[in-house]
Amino acid sequence: MDIVGNVLPQVLKDEATEDKGEMARLQSFVGAIAVADLVKTTLGPKGMDKILKPTGPGQEMTHITVTNDGATILKSMYVENPAAKILIEISKTQDEEVGDGTTTVAVLAGELLREGEKLIQKRIHPQHVIAGWRIARDVALKTLRDISSENDIESQEFHNDLIKIARTTLSSKLITSDRDYFADLCVKAVLRLKGSSNLDYIQIIKLPGGTIRDSYLDDGFILKKQITIGCKRRIENAKILVANTAMDYDKIKIYGTKVKVNSMDKVAEIEAAEKEKMKHKVDKILKFQPTVFVNRQLIYNYPEQLLADSGITVIEHADFEGMERVAAATGAEILSTFDAPERRDQVLGHCDLIEEIMIGEEKMIKFTGCKKNEACTIVLRGSSIHILDEVDRSIHDVLCVLITTVKNRRVVWGGGNSEMQMAAACEEEAKKVQGKQALAIEAYARALRQIPTIICDNGGYDSAELIQNFKVELQKGNLTSGLNMNDGTVGDMKELGIKECMRVKEQAVMAASEAAELIMRVDDIVKCAPRKRERA
Amino acid sequence: MSLAFDDYGRPYIILRDQGQKKRMKGLEAYKSNILAAKAVANTLSSSLGPKGMDKMLVSPDGDVSVTNDGATIVEKMEIQHPTAKLLVELSQSQDAEIGDGTTGVVVLAGKLLEQALTLLDKGIHPLKISDGFDRACDVAIKHLETISEEIDIQANEHEALIQAACTALGSKVVSKRKRELGKIAVTAVLDVADLARRDVNLDLIKIQTKTGGSVEDTRLISGILIDKDMSHPQMPKEVKEAKICLLTCPFEPPKPKTKHNINISSAEDYKKLYLQEQQYFVDMVKLVKDSGANIALCQWGFDDEANHLLLQNELPAVRWVSGTDVELIAMATGARIIPRFQEITPEKLGKAGSVKEVQFGTSNERMLVIENCQCTKAVTILIRGGSQMIVDEAKRSIHDAICVIRNLIKDNRIVYGGGSAELACAIQVLQYADEVSSVEQYAIRSFADALEGIPNCLADNCGLNPITSVAQAKSRQLQENNPRIGIDCMELGTTDMKEQRIYETLSSKKQQIQLATQVVKMILKIDDVIAPDDY
Repeated sequence: MDIVGNVLPQVLKDEATEDKGEMARLQSFVGAIAVADLVKTTLGPKGMDKILKPTGPGQEMTHITVTNDGATILKSMYVENPAAKILIEISKTQDEEVGDGTTTVAVLAGELLREGEKLIQKRIHPQHVIAGWRIARDVALKTLRDISSENDIESQEFHNDLIKIARTTLSSKLITSDRDYFADLCVKAVLRLKGSSNLDYIQIIKLPGGTIRDSYLDDGFILKKQITIGCKRRIENAKILVANTAMDYDKIKIYGTKVKVNSMDKVAEIEAAEKEKMKHKVDKILKFQPTVFVNRQLIYNYPEQLLADSGITVIEHADFEGMERVAAATGAEILSTFDAPERRDQVLGHCDLIEEIMIGEEKMIKFTGCKKNEACTIVLRGSSIHILDEVDRSIHDVLCVLITTVKNRRVVWGGGNSEMQMAAACEEEAKKVQGKQALAIEAYARALRQIPTIICDNGGYDSAELIQNFKVELQKGNLTSGLNMNDGTVGDMKELGIKECMRVKEQAVMAASEAAELIMRVDDIVKCAPRKRERA
Repeated sequence: MSLAFDDYGRPYIILRDQGQKKRMKGLEAYKSNILAAKAVANTLSSSLGPKGMDKMLVSPDGDVSVTNDGATIVEKMEIQHPTAKLLVELSQSQDAEIGDGTTGVVVLAGKLLEQALTLLDKGIHPLKISDGFDRACDVAIKHLETISEEIDIQANEHEALIQAACTALGSKVVSKRKRELGKIAVTAVLDVADLARRDVNLDLIKIQTKTGGSVEDTRLISGILIDKDMSHPQMPKEVKEAKICLLTCPFEPPKPKTKHNINISSAEDYKKLYLQEQQYFVDMVKLVKDSGANIALCQWGFDDEANHLLLQNELPAVRWVSGTDVELIAMATGARIIPRFQEITPEKLGKAGSVKEVQFGTSNERMLVIENCQCTKAVTILIRGGSQMIVDEAKRSIHDAICVIRNLIKDNRIVYGGGSAELACAIQVLQYADEVSSVEQYAIRSFADALEGIPNCLADNCGLNPITSVAQAKSRQLQENNPRIGIDCMELGTTDMKEQRIYETLSSKKQQIQLATQVVKMILKIDDVIAPDDY
């Protein structure tokens, strides 16, 4: 009923709801802040992990995940609240764009909204808050760019930067105790790419067994497949033919074809013809004179035997990824027709040595000395599949960050240094701004400062004291100071060697501000009636 | 529902399932309709203007979108009330015709209905109200034309167009970058515009979204961007001086539509068929290659063998290109769409400066850019942003801006925004009202009040005192005889919209007032609603 007493007719569908004004805002703040709070405890070197347990029936549903990675946690959650969904979305984008900082972005957006809520309670219009945030964001980003440093890509300093960044990224993960080892490993892998950003060349193989320490970087390329029985297990100076062709039987591709025969003899004839066709194909393959034949699809016994008889090592079932990687690493062309043996030199891949190796219990094929030396493999070992999965995610994060750094080359000091400096710059700016926007700029600074505060809290230190001391250090002009999370003091990041990739921070600040603004601007939430599903 | 009974007390059944239907008549029906429509307009009214707020909409599948665009909001609200649905259509027709001002039109309709409700309470017949509105509308439109100004769109590097785009973008989440985005939109439209004919084919502007980065990273690509990559990983990533062969037939053996059977009954046949099959692929690739093409874009899939033959013949190819993209590429590169391999001839190929693959982010996603096309200059606006919701909203905003620019190229007359045009019309309509001697006078006066509702609403959304600021603006308009005085939404210190450079197209404003009046008239004519009971 409205004020005059008219009964309002129902405009929306039965189960649809509409929340307006304060209610809508409250709903989105609560949702976003709850999500931020949820992942908050994973932030920083002393952050904790989460167990994710899938719901639903079935064997595969009992597989749990233990992780510290913000994007993985948020991705696996099913939330109802629309604002919470926005936070999850930005975390995903962060993951796709730079690979790390997925927790930071969600937490920062959550903290911004927490501050925003306070301002709204003070009766400041959301548009003014947004206006202030926009100023603050620009100041923060400018500061971030100003405090970052750049080193030449070939120089030793840059190499050291990469190792430091890798160490910093790893320090919040499960493998923090072995971070020097893994940092070195990841940097080596990334440097092999020589500036290319194609992560496909770095293959990660997970094998349960042994300890994390047993993981290693293999400079060759490892294919998690087996060499067919009856073939040579070690080929030197291999000529590799990579193919994507049916080697079971060639089905007739012309539409509507049916084989119809009227006697047993004819069946035999057709069978012979079929066999001959395969033989013909194999002959054509043989004309290329490869020593190794890799096929994406399955190979039947007959062609396999023919190939093996000619002394060719056969690898079947290499699936799409494997095939493309072999092709990329050895410089081979992926063939589906075999009518041009004169192009042999162009199409065949080459590598110095192919051998079957055993890692743990599993047999694999290792290609060393490939034509294109960019590919490499990281073999991860660990006592359980959960650990391996988490290590895999951590390594993926590190590799992404390193690749981003190689592309962008700018680095900033870690340990909360960049956030504190951005916050300080915002506060400085707030003094110059007239109008209520200034309050929002200060709020932005507070939200930024929450990141190091949470890191402290997660480490069990007295955050209020530490952050204040940190502020003073920066004020004194020690621009490299930061949080030393090992002994709970404010230390010198230069000495501790804690660096972070500027691009990751930049993206986090940009995405978090955009998301916070998006949520802030909302004053009305309309939920449509959920689609009715027929239960099967 | 009331029933009529015969002499024996049996009810007359007039409508089928009469007992289960609900019927509203007369004043009750009017009021119910008006209130429903008003409810929709109320939801939208807080989105109006540069300081308008956004709405968060959750779809039946739980997907979230956040938007400020009136047409999108009402569309996604899934309104079921029949009268309220009329407002949805109102907003959509404004969107289809003009592309911008979709919120304004609904709000105006809401204000008109509000006025109509009071008039109904006074006991004025709905048709009289609707006649009065109609006459007032004519007066307002005429006045709009007299206060409109022609602008020189060429002057000062198309400054006027950029300003108009900025006005359209000002109310959106991307408003911080309105100048940059406005420029992008203007450049895009001018690139494809046919200035001699004053026409713009908006199909030539493709808006592609990609999450990641930030709205600042949005850029204009002078070419076509398609979300596809080369069919074979080892094909070259860049083709210069591309001669494009545009195919709508798959690289597969032909599949006749007629049902048929090929029966193989002997080994010879079997072998023959195999050879023929092989020959198909060789022929296909040869036909493409012989025409001189150096890249093939195909709407359908490739067989593995054909794919490899293409690679072997150094003919990069792209598969599964969407139908709209195929058409766009055909327009831009001058290629003819070729439905059969036999019909490939060199003159049917399209030409472009280069075709290359570009990569984004860490997640290995690639897109193809076709640049420097031969015929028209098709352009793509690549929108970036922190999340899917932001890029979607940015896409809608840029679409609005593009529409505004197109309208200005078609008709370069503008009126000033900030509610000034509505105020000026309101004043004019009020004057006219006094000259009318019949009952319609009241309706005409109410129409003026409704028009004033727009600046009122604007001021309200901006946190200004709506009554004082509208009153001030109105009196200044009268005193200075200046129809450009409006509401200072951005608090820039002047209420003259010419100084603030808030431009709106005349066509959009005209359309808004006309459409809103029409819908209101339609709603006012309904005096009986018969619907199933569970409605």
